[in-house]
Amino acid sequence: MGVQLRHRLDAFQLDVAFAFGDRAGVTALFGPSGAGKSTVINAIAGLLKPEFGQVVLDGETLLDTTRAISVPARARRLGIVFQDTRLFPHLSVKANLIYGWQRAREKGEASRFDSVVSLLALEGFLDRRPRTLSGGEKSRVALGRALLMNPRALLLDEPLASLDAGHKAEILPYLDRLVRETKIPMLYVSHSLDEVARLADRMVVIDKGRVVAEGSLFDVTQRLDLIAGKELLPGAVLEARIVGHDDAHGLTELTMAGESLVVPRIDRAPGDTVRIRIDAPDVMLALSRPEGVSANNILPASVAAIEESGAHADIQLSLKDARLIARITRRSLERLALKPGVPVFAVIKSVTVGGREHG
Amino acid sequence: MAGLLTAAELEALGLSLRVAIVAVLAVLPFAFLAALLLARCQFRGKALVDGLIHLPLVLPPVALGYLLLVSLGTRAPLGAFLLDTFGIRFVFSWTGAALASAILTFPFQVRAIRLSLEAQDKGLAEAAETLGAGPLDRLFSLYLPLAVPGILGGAVTAFAACFGEFGAIITFVSNIPGETRTIPLAIYTAIQTPGGEAAAARLAALSIVLALLGLVLADVLARRARAALG
Repeated sequence: MGVQLRHRLDAFQLDVAFAFGDRAGVTALFGPSGAGKSTVINAIAGLLKPEFGQVVLDGETLLDTTRAISVPARARRLGIVFQDTRLFPHLSVKANLIYGWQRAREKGEASRFDSVVSLLALEGFLDRRPRTLSGGEKSRVALGRALLMNPRALLLDEPLASLDAGHKAEILPYLDRLVRETKIPMLYVSHSLDEVARLADRMVVIDKGRVVAEGSLFDVTQRLDLIAGKELLPGAVLEARIVGHDDAHGLTELTMAGESLVVPRIDRAPGDTVRIRIDAPDVMLALSRPEGVSANNILPASVAAIEESGAHADIQLSLKDARLIARITRRSLERLALKPGVPVFAVIKSVTVGGREHG
Repeated sequence: MAGLLTAAELEALGLSLRVAIVAVLAVLPFAFLAALLLARCQFRGKALVDGLIHLPLVLPPVALGYLLLVSLGTRAPLGAFLLDTFGIRFVFSWTGAALASAILTFPFQVRAIRLSLEAQDKGLAEAAETLGAGPLDRLFSLYLPLAVPGILGGAVTAFAACFGEFGAIITFVSNIPGETRTIPLAIYTAIQTPGGEAAAARLAALSIVLALLGLVLADVLARRARAALG
């Protein structure tokens, strides 16, 4: 089950294989622009015929070049959300939404239309034309159109990349709800770790046409090699649980790997899990617990691995059941005489909270 | 209008309208298919087909009229066959005028429709395909409605060109009052007739007004269509 593709496009060689489609949840296809992400989506969708490829989703072979099987795009039942939305300009929002639904063999329950419309809050503009919608509204219609065709999987090709920060913030809650309330596998193409950290469970990192990492979101983002040298990721994503709120100071207390952390107040109940992102440049290291510093978050850890490149060194730190990356200068590395196994204190200057709720 | 024009002039106006409307509508489906072929398909001999479609643009209308006369005249094999089998006669009939006008203005329609097809975002076709639409389905749900501005623009241009057609009509179907004497032929006849200058001037003015109306209509339609398509 999954995707295997080889294709040459001019000087660019794509050669990827990864698991996808055997269970619900979001797999992020993550990588810098030009890594080949859109080519992968087009090949899975059937819009591009690769030189070699196998795509097996939901137990059905959609493509197998060795057996000359290639289901045409119109029969693959894959809901695609394109970066540029590709709404039909001559049709109303409603007609756009039902375009795929009308053509589907298995339409699903009759109430499907209403539930998708209310999931994406599209009630207000069913009669309008796409050109009268804002960027965020267009994205929601494109999502609804793909959902309504009753797809076996959803492929989202950087659905937020063309939106400004405001519209991104507007659409992310809808994506959250979509992920929680639908049971279909989703492949979410993005080069933004914020989006991926918020939505994905699994992560496939591709670079220059190759898969460089595949696994759970936490395992992949906590790997040293993707941050050091390759510079593919800015930092690690970790899971934390809310302990309580300090309303007097506007803070929320979290626990992560047995240690406590404080962050600016988040509106979640104690006991909820959240995802937090800690970027490597925001982590300082000390050999003893620093006194008299402004930073609130100081975690004991031990050095797990070190990778040096240029003027800096990236240090993977081991906490109880999580890992963290710190970026320091090579001079500091020498001065502190850091080696694997050395106990240190990680002084965390900034934590990004934005992950979706789990459990 | 009736007070300004004589009965014969009104007849010429009615005939011109009939010839132009029939000529434009009869070839519109063929023009769309030809435009689709040129815009969306790659095949051997495409340059030749393209050239043939555009041939009427460079062909002298009188020469076309002559060719039609020798091939569709009642004594020519094809003309005799059409008359005997289907009872269709083109020579000396307004339908012949419409046929000649249709052939001459066909390239205008093809060109306008082709441009609007080529301007369509290919991504929309891909989206329609992933949503389950096959080729014929995409043609009717996407290509055709999105080409409406081009179809309207081409039709209005062709309509205006039909109104001015002279050489092919007079050669092929002659100058028969009430049957083939359209406005340009009526102007010509008036000039040839002693004391017909006033009639010629009225008809010429009428032609100019109609041409201007056509331009305005084309502009309004194109604007509306663009607004409707976003």
